[in-house]
Amino acid sequence: MHGIRNLHTTRGWVGFFVVAALLLVAVPVLNALPETSPLHVPDWLIPLAGKFCCYALVALAMDLIWGYTGILSLGHGVYFALGGYAMGMYLMRSMAGEGVYRSELPDFMVFLNWKELPWFWHGFEYFPFALLMALAVPGLLAFVFGWFAFRSRIKGVYFSIITQAMTFALMLLFFRNETGFGGNNGLTDFKRLLGFTLSEPSVRVALYWLTALVLLGVYLLARAIVRSRAGRVLTAIRDAESRVMFCGYEPLYYKLAIWTLSAVLCGLAGALYVPQVGIINPSELAPAQSIEMAVWVAVGGRGTLVGAVIGAASVNGLKSVFTAVAPEFWLYALGGLFVLVTLFLPEGLTGLFRRLRRTRAAEARA
Amino acid sequence: MNPVIPPVTPAGDALKGAQMLHDASEAPPKPPAAPREPLPADVRDRPVPDVSHGAILYLESVSVSFDGFKAINDLNLSIDDGELRCIIGPNGAGKTTMMDIITGKTRPDTGTVYFGQNVNLLELRESEIAQLGIGRKFQKPTVFQGHSVFENLELAMQADKRVRRALFARLSDEQRARIAGVLATIGLNGYERQLAGSLSHGQKQWLEIGMLLMQNPRLLLVDEPVAGMTEQETEQTAELLNSLAGKHSVVVVEHDMAFVRSIARKVTVLHEGHVLAEGTMDAIQSNPKVVEVYLGEGA
Ligand SMILES: Nc1ncnc2c1ncn2[C@@H]1O[C@H](COP(=O)(O)OP(=O)(O)OP(=O)(O)O)[C@@H](O)[C@H]1O
Ligand SMILES: [Mg+2]
Repeated sequence: MHGIRNLHTTRGWVGFFVVAALLLVAVPVLNALPETSPLHVPDWLIPLAGKFCCYALVALAMDLIWGYTGILSLGHGVYFALGGYAMGMYLMRSMAGEGVYRSELPDFMVFLNWKELPWFWHGFEYFPFALLMALAVPGLLAFVFGWFAFRSRIKGVYFSIITQAMTFALMLLFFRNETGFGGNNGLTDFKRLLGFTLSEPSVRVALYWLTALVLLGVYLLARAIVRSRAGRVLTAIRDAESRVMFCGYEPLYYKLAIWTLSAVLCGLAGALYVPQVGIINPSELAPAQSIEMAVWVAVGGRGTLVGAVIGAASVNGLKSVFTAVAPEFWLYALGGLFVLVTLFLPEGLTGLFRRLRRTRAAEARA
Repeated sequence: MNPVIPPVTPAGDALKGAQMLHDASEAPPKPPAAPREPLPADVRDRPVPDVSHGAILYLESVSVSFDGFKAINDLNLSIDDGELRCIIGPNGAGKTTMMDIITGKTRPDTGTVYFGQNVNLLELRESEIAQLGIGRKFQKPTVFQGHSVFENLELAMQADKRVRRALFARLSDEQRARIAGVLATIGLNGYERQLAGSLSHGQKQWLEIGMLLMQNPRLLLVDEPVAGMTEQETEQTAELLNSLAGKHSVVVVEHDMAFVRSIARKVTVLHEGHVLAEGTMDAIQSNPKVVEVYLGEGA
């Protein structure tokens, strides 16, 4: 990888630190202002901002695999949800004995008349173990799936359909009560994380702050990857895979590495998401959810990283507005947005900015 | 104490070998089994073809069929080390399929394919075959459109191509010099920052040849290098390929007869997946079988 200074131009670094200051300093400080102040950031906005950071994290993971490597996954919801469930399991176990039934077991198990904890729930009372699982389970699943899919040279739309089928199958599995993850209600009513009460405003700010920090860190990591020679190989695989092979690279390992990393990042996003949103259920595994993740990247612009973040923020901003005003129209709006972007903005919002800047520069010259 | 390392130019491999010998006479005795030419430390262990019998590539009774259609039919071919060989043949003769077999893209149904006498190519994957030093130019020019000319050459460069190494790879001054040398060889000096996708058709063909050179190849397989080139570009390409022969073994597939005549020493005619004739261009052109199936067509 290049030295850290080479990741950006000076202007790029300035932009990065401005955004970092906004996310890490401005938001918490403005939140601490008295409520009467016009600049006050209300408490309810904090977990929302945290949620957006999680989505942006997912979008970065999507951009690495789709934008840079040309592999469209329509099943990244799987990895996000698995990370979320692992964290949810810890949150459930950390409140053993305090549920509605005052049982050592999570409420839904008592409700199902289960007498003991299923084997795969063991260990989740320990936070480090749960966190490890939130990363390792998505990573391992992605590795095994990727190994078979990439080795058989499954590509393009076939690959996308298989990933979509996988998230659908997993959704059906998680919907069943017997699977042991709370059925269609999922895991919810969490109380504490590492002893901190989740409903506490200061805890929410801390969680948001941590998420924003992780987002900035992952952005730099992704940037370092795409700026390395390995990153150029990824783009080369996207543009001419056979040439990559005849240059002596084995695309299988490159795809597998970036695919697995992408899944691990989604797992991380899921783990950060659940304590802030307070619930994880099989709806995260709905096929539409994974498609939406691809739309974020398409709207923001593929293969730029920054575009992924902008796309995730703007589409979800729009979604928040719609769910408040006219929730029944959201899916139509999403579909329409996708069509518009595909037809008129093939390079997404970042492509539009670039084009505007070029036109302005050309006018200035004229 | 050690003398200055000679500057690395792509055309300078042979010269460099000579320099090495010269150095060895002055330097204190070194352990034997030094590599033929200094390779980067991490690729020294690539198998070296044994060319003691003269040939670098052998194909023996190779056949392959697609859905019952025999694209390659009992093909026998041997290329000498350092040779420049032209392969001609009508459309569908199996020329590209033959290259697919050599480079591991297509597995033959029967037959053997050896690199030197010792390396069985049928056991290796595409990427492994490329790492051995077999470079291939596609019929349709294939470069990395989204990368600059410089980056295209950098990616093709012989190096450790595992993910972990590529993640932390940095260009040494020597490697930069090598890229500059190849840029000069393929006539793309001054284009290094341009996106490969924005090059002209002919320039892309050259870039692709340059990418092969970066691999330090022993054997170059070049499929229709002058298709779609202007007359002048064709001439320059002929010059380029001529200059490569001797240092590398080169196999050129081409339809353009004037071009073949301008570079060929030995020509092989392929017809229906089989070698129809082999010899000098003059012998080929007066061979009645060839005239019938191939040259006669155009006349
Ligand atoms: N993967 C494949 N599947 C089916 N048929 C194939 C395949 N590859 C090649 N063929 C057929 O094998 C025959 C030989 O094709 P090949 O491309 O090797 O010919 P060529 O000599 O390179 O011709 P050209 O001069 O047109 O490039 C053709 O009839 C082609 O249609
Ligand atoms: Mg061909």
